[in-house]
Amino acid sequence: MIKVDNLKKQFGNEEILKGITTTFEKGKTNLIIGQSGSGKSVMLKCLIGLFKPEQGRIYYDDNAIQDMDEEQQRVLREEIGMLFQGGALFDSMTIEDNVMFPLRMFTKQKRAEMLERVNEVLNRVELDGVNKKYPAEISGGMQKRVSIARAIVNKPKYLFCDEPNSGLDPKTATVIDNLIQRITHENDITTIVVTHDMNSVMEIGERINFLKNGVLVWKGTQEDIFKTDNKDVTDFVYSSDLFKKIRDVQNKTN
Amino acid sequence: MGYLEDIGTYFLMLKRTFSGFTKAGVLKELIFKEIDDLIIGSLGIVGFIGFFVGGVITLQTALNLTNPLIPKTLIGFATRQSIILEFAPTFISIIMAGKVGSFITSSIGSMRVTEQIDALEVMGINSLNYLVFPKIIAMLTYPFLIAIAMFLGIFGGLLAGVYGGFVSMDEFVQGIQQEFIPFHLAYAFIKTFVFAFILATVPSWHGYYMKGGALEVGKASTKSFVWTSVLIILANYIITQLLLSA
Ligand SMILES: Nc1ncnc2c1ncn2[C@@H]1O[C@H](COP(=O)(O)OP(=O)(O)O)[C@@H](O)[C@H]1O
Ligand SMILES: [Mg+2]
Repeated sequence: MIKVDNLKKQFGNEEILKGITTTFEKGKTNLIIGQSGSGKSVMLKCLIGLFKPEQGRIYYDDNAIQDMDEEQQRVLREEIGMLFQGGALFDSMTIEDNVMFPLRMFTKQKRAEMLERVNEVLNRVELDGVNKKYPAEISGGMQKRVSIARAIVNKPKYLFCDEPNSGLDPKTATVIDNLIQRITHENDITTIVVTHDMNSVMEIGERINFLKNGVLVWKGTQEDIFKTDNKDVTDFVYSSDLFKKIRDVQNKTN
Repeated sequence: MGYLEDIGTYFLMLKRTFSGFTKAGVLKELIFKEIDDLIIGSLGIVGFIGFFVGGVITLQTALNLTNPLIPKTLIGFATRQSIILEFAPTFISIIMAGKVGSFITSSIGSMRVTEQIDALEVMGINSLNYLVFPKIIAMLTYPFLIAIAMFLGIFGGLLAGVYGGFVSMDEFVQGIQQEFIPFHLAYAFIKTFVFAFILATVPSWHGYYMKGGALEVGKASTKSFVWTSVLIILANYIITQLLLSA
């Protein structure tokens, strides 16, 4: 579980996050949704400590990172897996070395032991036999899956995903979404997914935080989002033609 | 204001580079990889340029020595002095600012724009130590490259002078041994170490602190080349003033 209390972040004079309070639950896929530029990535980067917020506290299972010393923060980071928007695979390394990287950095395991775990997670994301390839030699969807493998190889307790299906075709995007959800359930970890994709909301929106201009304007579940009359949320949901048409059809039949 | 801030971040970068060390085994691997990329990978071009420019220096000297009263040994002497004092350390370093410098900026810069640096940081790795420290250590072997340029330059001069019919082998060899001041060699290698440090760190700074996307990586590389060259030229002037004009 991750708790955020009155989180504020600004760049220069521009307030990006204006006091956000919320909780992300363990064993669930927690979504942060909102339009581009609403501050989703900044929020994620504050949570994982890449940005220092001006104000507010962030609790990982009741321990505030603001109270941790450097060593405690380092240990916490070993429990965090992060899936970046573009994958952020190290392009000078093979797929195998990419996935093995966190193990080499944080564990004292023998190479054979690490390799076994690497193959296990590569198999988990359904990517066998690409070990010796380089990131540039595989497709975007495969890169995302390698990136997931790297994020979970060291068995994190917290998984962060920034726009996991941006740049992917709808079918691959769904595969990635479902993979993230299954990993979350199987390992009972706290997962936070940033997205502006309504399909992801439909697929894996167990808990939804709606961000607008740095303010958390709505919180709820997948079912709630189609019932709410919060104007910001409905504007966002029905900005998609498909959902608008579905609603119109439903209104007609009712 | 901008420049002051840049100088500030440069020194902050250095401070962070020499702290929060990455696992020794990993670091060792990175250092060998950098030596391979930065030094071994430059042997060909440095050898080629050294050899031919050495030849040209000898030709120029010989062609301008029309006064029969001036001994022919001066050709070898002038070749040696120009190559050891300026051509090998400074000229080659400017070329390296183009080759190695833009390679460093673009490789770190593209890691920045594709969030690979963020990925390192999230894993609790000090990305500056991980990326920049191995480059600085690898560049400690840079004087080796310059020594090769010196040797091949003088050798190229010898071939051009002797086989061009400007000077006899004996005269040239006598010339390159004439009035040899060991401190000149020390001066050349002190410069080389300073240039090596500039070559490793200034392009790293340009890559690490860049903002934007792929287009900006290209711009950063160009800017990095300009600044690395300017700093090498300035450092060259200052070191020469300090060490030779006493
Ligand atoms: N490093 C930064 N420096 C200054 N401004 C930033 C930085 N990162 C993001 N911003 C600004 O913060 C706002 C929110 O950005 P972001 O969180 O990336 O949006 P999104 O919701 O699309 O992920 C944008 O206006 C962006 O320009
Ligand atoms: Mg974003």
